[in-house]
Amino acid sequence: MSVSKIVLQQNGIMSKAKEKSVKRRNSEEDEEQLPIFNTDGGGSSPNDDEEEDLSDSAESVFSGLEDSGSDSDDEESDDEHEEEAPTADENGETSTSVEQPERQTPALPHRTKDKPQGKKQKPPQKEKMKKGSVSVAEVGREGESGRSEPNSDASKPTPPQEDEYEQDTSDEEDIRNTVGNIPMEWYNDYPHIGYDLDGKKIFKPIRNKDELDEFLDKMENPDYWRTVHDKMTGTDIRLSDEQVDLVHRLQRGQFGDVNFNEYEPSVDFFSHETMIHPVSNRPQDKRSFIPSLIEKEKVSKLVHAIKMGWIKPRKPKETGPQYYDLWAKEDPNAILGRHKMHVPAPKSRLPGHEESYNPPPEYLFTEEEVGRGPTLISVTKKPQTGVGAAGPQDRKLAFVPQKHSCLRAVPAFSRFIHERFERCLDLYLCPRQRKMRVNVDPEDLIPKLPKPKDLQPFPTTQSLVYRGHSSLVRCISLSPSGQWLASGSDDCTVRLWEVSTARCMKTIEVGGAVKSIAWNPNPAICLVALAFNQTVLVLNPGLGDKLVCSSTDQLVSSYVEPEEEKAQSVQWAAAEGKDHEKGVRLIISHPKAVRQVTWHGKGDYLASVLPDNSSLQVLIHQISKRRSQNPFSKNKGLVQCVSFHPIRPYFFVATQRSVRVYNLIKQELTKKLTANCKWISSMAIHPGGDNVICGSYDSRLAWFDLDLSTKPYKVLRHHKKALRGVAFHRRYPLFASASDDGSVIVCHGMVYNDLLQNPLIVPVKVLKGHTVTNDLGVLDVTFHPTQPWVFSSGADATIRLFS
Amino acid sequence: MGGLQKKKYERGSAANYITRNKARKKLQLSLADFRRLCILKGIYPHEPKHKKVVNKGSTAPRTFYLLKDIRFLLHEPIVGKFREYKVFVRKLRKAYGKAEWTNVQRLRENKPGYKLDHIIKERYPTFIDALRDIDDSLSMCFLFSTFARTGKCHVQTIQLCRRLSVEWMNYIITSRSLRKVFLSIKGIYYQAEVLGQPITWLVPYQFAHNHPTDVDYRVMATFTEFYTTLLGFVNFRLYQSLNLLYPPKLDIKAEAELKAEFEEDYAMDSESYLEKLAALSASLARVVPTAEEEEAQLDQFPAEGEDAEVLEAREKLQKEQDAQKKLFEGLKFFLNREVPREPMAFVLRCFGAQVSWDKSLCIGGTYDVTDQSITHQIVDRPNTDQQYINRYYVQPQWVFDSVNGKLLLPVVDYFPGVVLPPHLSPFVEEKDGDYVPPEKLKLMALQRGERPEREEEEEDDEEEEEDDEDDDEEEGEEEEEMDDEELADEKNLKAMERQRSQGKALSVKVTPGKAKVENRMRTEQEEKAEEKRLAIMMMKKKEKYLYDKIMFGKKRKVREANKLAAKRKAHEDATKADKKKKKAKKQ
Repeated sequence: MSVSKIVLQQNGIMSKAKEKSVKRRNSEEDEEQLPIFNTDGGGSSPNDDEEEDLSDSAESVFSGLEDSGSDSDDEESDDEHEEEAPTADENGETSTSVEQPERQTPALPHRTKDKPQGKKQKPPQKEKMKKGSVSVAEVGREGESGRSEPNSDASKPTPPQEDEYEQDTSDEEDIRNTVGNIPMEWYNDYPHIGYDLDGKKIFKPIRNKDELDEFLDKMENPDYWRTVHDKMTGTDIRLSDEQVDLVHRLQRGQFGDVNFNEYEPSVDFFSHETMIHPVSNRPQDKRSFIPSLIEKEKVSKLVHAIKMGWIKPRKPKETGPQYYDLWAKEDPNAILGRHKMHVPAPKSRLPGHEESYNPPPEYLFTEEEVGRGPTLISVTKKPQTGVGAAGPQDRKLAFVPQKHSCLRAVPAFSRFIHERFERCLDLYLCPRQRKMRVNVDPEDLIPKLPKPKDLQPFPTTQSLVYRGHSSLVRCISLSPSGQWLASGSDDCTVRLWEVSTARCMKTIEVGGAVKSIAWNPNPAICLVALAFNQTVLVLNPGLGDKLVCSSTDQLVSSYVEPEEEKAQSVQWAAAEGKDHEKGVRLIISHPKAVRQVTWHGKGDYLASVLPDNSSLQVLIHQISKRRSQNPFSKNKGLVQCVSFHPIRPYFFVATQRSVRVYNLIKQELTKKLTANCKWISSMAIHPGGDNVICGSYDSRLAWFDLDLSTKPYKVLRHHKKALRGVAFHRRYPLFASASDDGSVIVCHGMVYNDLLQNPLIVPVKVLKGHTVTNDLGVLDVTFHPTQPWVFSSGADATIRLFS
Repeated sequence: MGGLQKKKYERGSAANYITRNKARKKLQLSLADFRRLCILKGIYPHEPKHKKVVNKGSTAPRTFYLLKDIRFLLHEPIVGKFREYKVFVRKLRKAYGKAEWTNVQRLRENKPGYKLDHIIKERYPTFIDALRDIDDSLSMCFLFSTFARTGKCHVQTIQLCRRLSVEWMNYIITSRSLRKVFLSIKGIYYQAEVLGQPITWLVPYQFAHNHPTDVDYRVMATFTEFYTTLLGFVNFRLYQSLNLLYPPKLDIKAEAELKAEFEEDYAMDSESYLEKLAALSASLARVVPTAEEEEAQLDQFPAEGEDAEVLEAREKLQKEQDAQKKLFEGLKFFLNREVPREPMAFVLRCFGAQVSWDKSLCIGGTYDVTDQSITHQIVDRPNTDQQYINRYYVQPQWVFDSVNGKLLLPVVDYFPGVVLPPHLSPFVEEKDGDYVPPEKLKLMALQRGERPEREEEEEDDEEEEEDDEDDDEEEGEEEEEMDDEELADEKNLKAMERQRSQGKALSVKVTPGKAKVENRMRTEQEEKAEEKRLAIMMMKKKEKYLYDKIMFGKKRKVREANKLAAKRKAHEDATKADKKKKKAKKQ
């Protein structure tokens, strides 16, 4: 134990392991090695040593400590480490006797230093008893002496140290200094550091080392790194190689002893084998013979629990799913839990050619189809049938078709698990609904109409083109005889044509773009009314029967001014001079721009429209009396066009969204027709007077049956663009509509005398001829009074006759 | 008058549906348990016809279940099992926390489980119902059986899936019910006809899976749980119907053959047995060993109301099928190492071929490469080192194309290293108007029995193509011609009109006119077309919409077909040009 303490003081690290090893060795020594150490203390003669080592093999087995720095006299051989380390290694557990002497011999010269001074003959018992401590002490002293040799050998006498060996009987560690285990700082102020065995002061080395000394030492002394300051003696000790080695080993966490085998085969003391002798000779307990009450209690509890069903006996474990004939007794009528609302999941789509690993080349995507970006597989949309379109987002397939030259080259499909998972989600998350798929033949949807062939006559081909106007022709009108055609255009002229030859008979220049023109429907009067700017002109074209013309002139000039002139909103004037020569007979100047003029069937009344938001929108003029009147005192919306009933005293006024029918005699509103359109553009009355058609700018044509309802009987959306004009044929069941899309559509509109039968409307011909200029197509349409011919005027400055 | 005021949303469709959250509350289940229950019981949301009414006036997006469905779930015994399991987990956690290991052990041993037998019986009251719905379960089982045995799901599940899929394949082989195979980029589609039901499943190619992170494997596992149970019962029944032992046993003869060679390679008997079954090379043992050819000729009885024609057609179909079943009968195949063994062996055996492979590839090969009686060797590499004269070396696609074409195709196109003809999907049935790839047309010609000689064929092809082109052009031209005439007339007229309108004096000239030939057919057609156009104008708005939609769809189809045809043509032109270039270079 003492040994370890010293070592502790020397270097704190080498502590436990060493203690252990020492302890162990000691015990072993106690048991077996007693005789061996007889000569150890002396250790002087190589022969002795040899003998000892020969018999020592057993010892070396147990304690590999021989070289571990704390062992016997060998330790004194400080410098022989080059030799010793390898030998120790070689020796392992059984050191050979041959090498021992070698180790011993070099140690001898050092020993000789001690020999003259001390008596080597020690009592063997004593030596043996305190062997460890002695040896360490020796080491310490050895180091000390070794160190002190250069600097303090001469100055400091050492004899007292030698003496202590002789008298020393105690186990106390450092017998040179007797102060005990106290903090050595207490002696800082004294010249000594303690007392030796004789009670004499042990003096400190004369000169304490200062920093400079320390430094010089550090620089010059090659052994500085292995020098340790011993506070007890105030000396520096140079560690031997073994000691350094030991320190290293302990630092590494190894056993201090080189030869110590940590993996000894364990001896199973209480083994399964029955030994002859018991481990202990104790007689067996009584309780090992009698049954345990506690156990009994436990068992009975378990039994009770089993009985009560609290613990279930272990069931035989089923290894896997057991399959059997589940449908042995199947009942096709059983609809357990299934109701009529059940929608079975649709099966997954079967793959098409494009999914093949080697599809025909046409199914592969071209570069533009693959998409601008390289993100190919980011499609989350459901795959559908069909071939891909451009761009990954609007592609129909969830994958990009690929071609591989052979089956070997086909890679794994990276979205396989995804797709399966999506199918799973569809199965349990996707709301299902039964959808009735419309499975109709589209031909069945087309209504069965009488063939146009059976509905002849109607205009089919373009037969004449009337050219002459230089700007768009806004309005056309036919003479009641059907021989002459009057047209008004934006080039400020009115032209009169012969219908059958397309010859322009007359051109009359007026002072503005002609908005509307109307031929007097009375065959006995030859008058044409036309409107431009704020003026309405009534002119006699002077065509046709001379008698009629002259009688008309007479009729117009026979007017006698009344005595009391009523104040009128318009001014009447008879044309004179040049105008009269041109044919103008009357000039009616309005306060506002006139949009439309229209004749009453008898030919005496003339209505003009001045669209405005005042109450003065419609005026009715009487030619024979040169009188005008405003029938409406209230503004009911912007008036688009007006028309007289062909037979009865009704007056139709079309505002933007509705048509009002007034009774002129009773002076009241009889009906208001709502047209279901945004802006009415034109209106025509059926010669029978019970049906009205309205064209609108939102490309609809509404047919009203006045006997039926105020809502349209039918709304036709035949045209692609705004309707500009509509017309009824006076004799045939035909009506036509003109539109900005450049076409005129002629429909068969049969009105039956039987009130129960609704009118029959069949489109019979789409007439195309006009070219669209400036987004304007056909501007006006009118029928020939007797023939099934239709005239149309367009924005391309032509008038066309279809027959 | 009088009486109680009727409350809104208490009758009618609003009362028939229930939202998911309400259903969950009614069943007192967590969302996960509800999901599992829905999956197992096959309950799915319904889309109500009038969503706003059902949603009680709100337009918020919600999923609705039928109230009947949810009521039906209320009585499900498996809900109790779920709760038991929850309790078990809680107890186990507690025992772990307290480190009571014996308790843990005991709990583990008494882990509650549940069976899905009754649910399957309930969902599929008859066997045919189950068969109809087995597509997804097959695909799923085949997918799961390819998973690695680590991580994503229980090893037992994977093993079970593997076992069931092998059983299924063995059944298909024994009953010879495979009809179509398709190699797609996703995997291999198989279609079999079992008891008159077409059953399609998809098997991924043999690669390790790159498990995606955005897939919920719990959902998949729940589905698999149900599917394995279903597939097990279906397999049992199918094996029973064929008089085979279940679980499958190898034929004694075959077993003896296999036993000698490979037994020592495997540690466990059970392991090797499954492998042997999975090798698909041996026939299965029957309950009562019978003679191999036991198929008695069935008499054909005309069903009521069937005429002789229909019967004949059916007989013909039957004959065709029988012929297809024996497509590879008498042929001996050998699979090279690079060929995917399982699908090839499966397909070949399904049509009566004998298959073998290299010993190093898999257990179960019955003969060697050196066997002189081998007729075909499947090769998937450009050149083979050693060649036997008396056998064909073909690429795997030959097998699949032959199966789909129901006849042995000429092997010339499929020799190793040759550019393969396109592999077409057998699932596409072209209606008139659809685009039919030329390869399909050729195949159809082959099926009809026309076998033009090879050399001529190519030329013919070219000529044909040219003819086709001509035809197309002609058709196009016809219309164009007509149009041209009209256009010319129009142009003349227009020119004259222009001249006139510009006020230039026309040079008065009389030229001999051409008599216009009236094409009666054409005028008639035009008339009809116009009639139709006019009639369409008179359609009602609703019908017009529908009509437009249908016509749009039709037009789109035509457009797509045209596009494909154009692409094909461009491709062929390009290849031709390439060929010519090459020729020119050579010269």
